[in-house]
Amino acid sequence: MDLEFDDKMPIYLQIMDHIKMDIATEKLKANDKLPSVREMATMLKVNPNTLQRAYQELERLGIVYTQRGMGTFVGERKHMIDDLKQEMAKEVIDSFILRMKRLGFSEEEIIWSISKNITEVNKHV
Amino acid sequence: MYNVLEAENLCKSYLNKRALQGATLTIQQGKILGLLGPNGSGKTTFLKIAAGILHPSSGKLLIDGQKPGVYTKSIVSYLPDTEYLFKWMKIKDAVQYFKDFYSDFDEKKAFALLEFMKLDANSSVKSLSKGMKEKLKLTLVLSRKAKLYILDEPLGGVDPTAREKILDAIINNFSENSSMIITTHLVNDIERIFDEVAFISDGEIVLQGNAEELRSNKNKSIDELYREVFQ
Repeated sequence: MDLEFDDKMPIYLQIMDHIKMDIATEKLKANDKLPSVREMATMLKVNPNTLQRAYQELERLGIVYTQRGMGTFVGERKHMIDDLKQEMAKEVIDSFILRMKRLGFSEEEIIWSISKNITEVNKHV
Repeated sequence: MYNVLEAENLCKSYLNKRALQGATLTIQQGKILGLLGPNGSGKTTFLKIAAGILHPSSGKLLIDGQKPGVYTKSIVSYLPDTEYLFKWMKIKDAVQYFKDFYSDFDEKKAFALLEFMKLDANSSVKSLSKGMKEKLKLTLVLSRKAKLYILDEPLGGVDPTAREKILDAIINNFSENSSMIITTHLVNDIERIFDEVAFISDGEIVLQGNAEELRSNKNKSIDELYREVFQ
């Protein structure tokens, strides 16, 4: 797995986001087994305790579940993918709006600039 | 949680030079601590006291509740930043030497690690490059089943690919029942494996904290924080 870390932010949050992203984009599907803490720690070259924390937090949020002696698996909660997508979209949009406002754009201008640009982006994707 | 190492107000003077001036530090079981500071800040002096090689001038340091001595040496695996392997040795002699010396030495693990490091047991120590020597030293130190591993500059003078190998070996062989202190000034390469970091300056611990909390509180990487503390 390739994961570029931003060392300014807690590593466990970045690992959580990465796994959430893989679930939202269905690279990881319900009941897929995640690599063990040790494997993942070696792969990402991070402290195993950091990985442990990321897995625990994901479990607390109900995104993954663990089976004793078997490992950690992607949860199968209904609407989980949609919820994750909504949550991640909200983060992107919130930070976008915040930055546009800092640049001095009004709400109408922000909406206008999105609708103007979305057609251009569409051409490139 | 249980503290493997506790240092309180630790001082050490060499003639008129004060290397440690009241260093206070604790390390919990299952944690990796980065002891970070520039050359001459007192890192190695601190580690030597923990390894039982130097006596403190004042203050106290306890490992597993005991003062450094025969018992603590049996549970501390120390990688010094100096040369200590004999030139006439082959790698397998060095393994034997460690096996004779330490009852917690796991020979099987040592040979597995040598293979991982791509070191040939029949090469002689004097033929090894600096990077290979570092790998050998780390192999020997990690092959003990210690409660506390002390690694003094394990990445010093080693090229980036060897560094990766060394990091992998540290991560793979770290167990939650043991603890580790690692000193380095190559903070950037290794900061993601620290649970805790302590900054040492002029023989004093000026800042100790959980690495993830420091990142989120200061919005900075440990490397940036290091540059800020020691600018």
